[in-house]
Amino acid sequence: MTTMARKRDYSLVGESTRRAIETGLASAEWYHTDVPRKAMKELMQRSDGPAIRDTIIWIAAILGSAAGIVWFWGTWWVVPFLLVYGVLYGSSSDARWHECGHGTAFRTRWMNDVVYHIASFMLMRNPVQWRWSHARHHTDTIIVGRDAEIAVMRPPDLLKAALAFTGILDFRYSLPTLVRQAFGRLSDDEKSYIPEMEFNKAVVAARWHVAIYVATIALAIVLRSWIPLVLIGLPRLYGTWHMVTTGLLQHIGLADNVVDHRLNTRTVYMNPVSRFIYWNMNYHVEHHMFPMVPYHALPRLHELIKHDLPEPNPSMWHAYREVWPVLLRQLKYEDFYLKRELPPTARPYRGEFHELDMSAAAE
Amino acid sequence: MADWVEACAVGDVEEEDVIRFDHGGRTFAIYRSPDDEFFATDGYCTHEKTHLADGLVMDEIIECPKHNGRFNYKTGQAKGAPVCVNLATYPVKVEAGKVMIQI
Repeated sequence: MTTMARKRDYSLVGESTRRAIETGLASAEWYHTDVPRKAMKELMQRSDGPAIRDTIIWIAAILGSAAGIVWFWGTWWVVPFLLVYGVLYGSSSDARWHECGHGTAFRTRWMNDVVYHIASFMLMRNPVQWRWSHARHHTDTIIVGRDAEIAVMRPPDLLKAALAFTGILDFRYSLPTLVRQAFGRLSDDEKSYIPEMEFNKAVVAARWHVAIYVATIALAIVLRSWIPLVLIGLPRLYGTWHMVTTGLLQHIGLADNVVDHRLNTRTVYMNPVSRFIYWNMNYHVEHHMFPMVPYHALPRLHELIKHDLPEPNPSMWHAYREVWPVLLRQLKYEDFYLKRELPPTARPYRGEFHELDMSAAAE
Repeated sequence: MADWVEACAVGDVEEEDVIRFDHGGRTFAIYRSPDDEFFATDGYCTHEKTHLADGLVMDEIIECPKHNGRFNYKTGQAKGAPVCVNLATYPVKVEAGKVMIQI
């Protein structure tokens, strides 16, 4: 076992990248719980039904709450509608972006693509860039120097993490990124995971997004009203808190540079409303281990393999309470992390797979 | 000159499914389509080194288990991101209940 003697370099073209490739952590073979092929085939089966049902509810709720905002604008009655619309636009879109990006939500490909592009726009994410960054996240989950989607780096910046709930930092990053890309400029990090043949597609997608935002601003000016911006763009600020609340728990405080999702990913039991918004991504270990399984089958997959996984956190509150002292400790000692304990029925972690210093783990 | 090699018995592959076949240091994927025809491709996804035999067959599509990249396993055509490079395919014949591939 070795420890990360030097500070982590989260650039995707830096020293940590070089070491991850050299040590075989990049594009490694990951641990999977044994699941009989027959059972896995059943779990992987695609169906349009659940996602069509959920998408109809989703769109109806978005349109209904938007109508409420317009109707009650200028009164206090607008507040609950803003709350609902904001979460649907700024948070639930993340789960739709994610599932449809994997192509697992619907059986029909074009349905996945349509919802993926709408959700990408809502999130101010370039649909081409983020498809590739997420592929990398699955190849090299929480491998420093390789994973483009590490939400909280070490040592943790707690102010930044707190501000994430307001959407301000993401907004400040996402909008200028889209504008830069619309002018045809991709960063070195982006070029490290987007294939060259897709560069132009990424630029064209950014131009469409920017054009819609320009049109929205123009409409707001013409109407002399904030409503167009409150409905398009600004929900990324006031509605992002649920996405951050659920999403941060996926990997925060757990091990990095390991090739077993049981060590670096967290499953948390959540209430039905959050699970609808999040499309069951609270079963996150299961999702990472078997990304082919659609969101609606994840509870069944969880039942099938939970004997081999760490005990899930019983609530979001429990998970945050568990991780808070770990984050505080990481401020002084960034190698510290929370080691997930396995039940006696599980296959043990394979130490030789992991570049971990177990002495740095909180058990 | 390419050789015909016995990959498996007909009954080894379920309808609309895929199995892995290793031969000569290489790995292949053997498919049985919903209309009961057999096909063969390279065993690894062209995006990253993942066995397609762990993936999902839907009609004429094989979906990679790692990143959900899709190929038409009859033609090898990559169907979009994250797979950009086509998959090599191999001739297949069935003789006396055995699936043979030409490699």
